[in-house]
Amino acid sequence: MKYGLEIAVAALIIVFAAVFLIEDAAIRATGEEAWGGADGAAADLIEASGYEPWIGPFWEPPSGEIESLLFALQAAIGAIVIGYIFGYWQGSRKTA
Amino acid sequence: MHIMEGFLPSPWWQIWFIVSLPFIVIGLYQLNKLVREKREALPLLAVAGAFVFVLSSLKLPSFNGSCSHPTGTGLGGILFGPCIAAVLGLIVLVFQAVFLAHGGITTLGANVFSMGIAGPLVAYLIYKAGTRAGANTYATVFLAAALADLTTYVVTSVQLALAFPGSVGFFGAFTAFAAIFAVTQVPLAIIEGAIIALVFKYIVQLKPEILTRLNLLSESTVQRLREAAA
Repeated sequence: MKYGLEIAVAALIIVFAAVFLIEDAAIRATGEEAWGGADGAAADLIEASGYEPWIGPFWEPPSGEIESLLFALQAAIGAIVIGYIFGYWQGSRKTA
Repeated sequence: MHIMEGFLPSPWWQIWFIVSLPFIVIGLYQLNKLVREKREALPLLAVAGAFVFVLSSLKLPSFNGSCSHPTGTGLGGILFGPCIAAVLGLIVLVFQAVFLAHGGITTLGANVFSMGIAGPLVAYLIYKAGTRAGANTYATVFLAAALADLTTYVVTSVQLALAFPGSVGFFGAFTAFAAIFAVTQVPLAIIEGAIIALVFKYIVQLKPEILTRLNLLSESTVQRLREAAA
């Protein structure tokens, strides 16, 4: 099987997406807010016990848009490096 | 998995800095040695680091109505061991703490330990055990990366439970945090394992000589894997 692993991974991602859609529809039907971060949920649990964080971040992205910009930038930096190196390896194999 | 800024009281944040420090120091020493002696492995190191960048920036919806992100450090752990993976994890965590207010400077020690050390250590050990036992390489990589991801979140739950036992005690608090983190993480860990196994396949196809040079795969295994994919 030349592409056995690719097919398995693609199938897994499709199942993952399908379960997400079903779950999302179920949650919507109840009218609840969902899909917040697990990090935030843990922080809420801690704050519910009366704990006050003793120090806050010295800088926060001023808005959700800017935060997503920086996250996208982080992913882009990584993706460029991976693509460049895999392309370099591929190219040097072909010309070798 | 990031414990947010200010969410670890004294003395816990100092303790985790002290625990993580030796791994970072050994990691820097190993990196130095790698750069000097095995220069051809440098691109692979960059790929492992870049992988942490990509995966830890993706917040994915999980099955129970909350979002979390994979860690990507399992690949670094498999390829270079937990100490170098700790340095890669540190770079990403500093980036996220400084630019994104995600995680924090005071909680850096704890976050480096869970994502950069504990996870990759598990990945490294499973990979070593799997290859020694002659198990299927990609299945081993999958298992190593998936369990590394999961370990990160279990360790985070332990760290928070130690700092916030509350009135329910350590185990009660651990169960509460693990319910938030670990349960969200199981599906994401499976996805992460699958993606890292796929990347491993491409490394085997494109640059197997680095893997044999790092003693990760034997020549005969590489031969066999490449024939299977041809």
